[in-house]
Amino acid sequence: MALLSKKDANLILDPLADNNPITIQVLGICSALAITAELKASLVMAISVIFVLGVGNVVISLMRNVIPSKIRIIVQLIVVATLVIIVDQVLKAFAYELSKTLSVFVGLIITNCIIMGRFEAFALGNGPWKSFLDGIGNALGYGVILIIVGFFRELFGSGTLFGIPVLGDPIAKTGLYATGYENNGFMIIPPAALIVVGIIIWVQRSRNKALIEEA
Amino acid sequence: MKEKLHQIKLKYRGKKMAPAFNAIHTFLYSPNETTHSGSHVRSADDLKRTMNTVIMALVPCLLFGIFNAGYQHYSAINGFPAEFSLFEHFLTWENFWLGAITVLPIVIVSYGVGLAIEFIFAVIKGHEVEEGYLVTGMLVPLIVPVDTPLWMLAVAVAFGVVIGKEVFGGTGMNILNPALTIRAFLFFAYPTWMSGDKVWVHGAKEGVTQAGSADAISGETVLGYLAQGSTEFSYSLSDMFYGFIPGSVGETSTVLILLGGLFLVFSKIASWRIMLSAVIGSLAMGLIFNGIVAAEWIPEYSKFYGLMNFEYWQHLLVGGLAFGIVFMATDPVTGSQTNRGKWIYGFLIGFMSVMIRVFNPGYPEGVFLAILLMNVFAPTIDHYVVRGNIKRRMKRLKTATIHPKVTDGVEALKTETV
Repeated sequence: MALLSKKDANLILDPLADNNPITIQVLGICSALAITAELKASLVMAISVIFVLGVGNVVISLMRNVIPSKIRIIVQLIVVATLVIIVDQVLKAFAYELSKTLSVFVGLIITNCIIMGRFEAFALGNGPWKSFLDGIGNALGYGVILIIVGFFRELFGSGTLFGIPVLGDPIAKTGLYATGYENNGFMIIPPAALIVVGIIIWVQRSRNKALIEEA
Repeated sequence: MKEKLHQIKLKYRGKKMAPAFNAIHTFLYSPNETTHSGSHVRSADDLKRTMNTVIMALVPCLLFGIFNAGYQHYSAINGFPAEFSLFEHFLTWENFWLGAITVLPIVIVSYGVGLAIEFIFAVIKGHEVEEGYLVTGMLVPLIVPVDTPLWMLAVAVAFGVVIGKEVFGGTGMNILNPALTIRAFLFFAYPTWMSGDKVWVHGAKEGVTQAGSADAISGETVLGYLAQGSTEFSYSLSDMFYGFIPGSVGETSTVLILLGGLFLVFSKIASWRIMLSAVIGSLAMGLIFNGIVAAEWIPEYSKFYGLMNFEYWQHLLVGGLAFGIVFMATDPVTGSQTNRGKWIYGFLIGFMSVMIRVFNPGYPEGVFLAILLMNVFAPTIDHYVVRGNIKRRMKRLKTATIHPKVTDGVEALKTETV
């Protein structure tokens, strides 16, 4: 990490684990539930949020001294909305099928609490470089959880990863399916994401007792 | 022997595996320990006794389920006997043997996996093994179809015990009934093994054929027939009451469930309020549906017509309604605690069970979903019952006139009213 000072590195690394936006701050849960049935969708969602939050944080940080504080929420919304529309159009142009799978949830990035939260809590009070690192870090922390959840849900729910069958063919009964194994339909439905996220939170907090809140 | 075990226990106190040893020890002998703090209650009704009483009430259902598994299988192959005789056609060694080799593995897997997880958690957390799984382990085999693959059951039990109970802090702390959590997990995870006409009779899924024909056997539940708008099932009312119908292992025999229920009520283990109000609730919903049909509000081709037209009180005889009301809704941990709350809780369970049963498009049964839903609401119901009680008493206090004692003056009156 010669590239970044220790403080800057922490801006990226902290949200990945001990200050994760999903498992610690419990933000951005709705999209984590909705689109993690497939790994591909999770990955695209993660990349979209990394773009929106990274760029958005920089933009807000650059404007932070000229935004009147009374209308700052509206300004923030305009910035997010612009970025999200860019993402949406790019997806529609280059990955139409995927944008159909993600459907309304790309647009709903606007309402993702993580983004507004970082604008408010960080970008409004810090310089562009730090804000950029913070944005990337938080979006990565979000993305990591999305991909972990997506991995387990797609593997157990559909027996595939990125759409590629890894456990054999469920209809022709090859691979693991020959032994009587079947896909778990429960993993496809959104409540399963809640339980997987819950298990991640459980594992994380039992590994690091400092994260457990006082009851 | 008893002395020796106590000595071993003392020797290993505080060691890592001590909870595992203590669990087996206290299962066989009553512990020689007294309560360490608080009140000392001497009573034979400890948690283990309670659990064992429920298990005793469940044993008839299990035995019946074993015979019924064999009876349904052979009847599906050879045709149902025209002149049914209990001893010739039902209580036969053939039926028992087939039932035993299909049902007992389910029981063993249920207990094996569940208790293993309980032991692991007890050792990790360093507390004593709790008895909570004893009843759950017995309930699970009774509420699943007879041909449920054992690995699915193992996965579901692991899920139900860990997510349904241990994450909340173990026995007594769970919000949802663990047995129903297991059943719901199976239903959502592996619907093809939990619904349809191929799962209720042993061998139907593998395509065992009928005698003298190439048709595979099948066994639709009464509710399944009704959901398809057909009333051409060959089961009579007495079949439904005594339980000679296809269904989950232990849920078919209403008469034995009734017997178990009475046993639980008279031993004061289960709440009669919940049972009674749940029966009333289901009858009420059934009557509403019957009324809708009688008023001709829905056309005959509607897909709900068959189930809505079903005689209201017969809902109690088929499916898991009776079993759920007697053994699941009355779970003292997940149900309502207050007496008034129990009436509301039970009524809504019965009411919703029949409602979900009729309107569930994929699977004509809703008892487990209704009970799980009400499990979630039980604390809320209790909260409002308690609040209501407080309010009523405050009101009573306000309007109460306090008579001063004859000899006491104004001073005494003041201290009394403060």
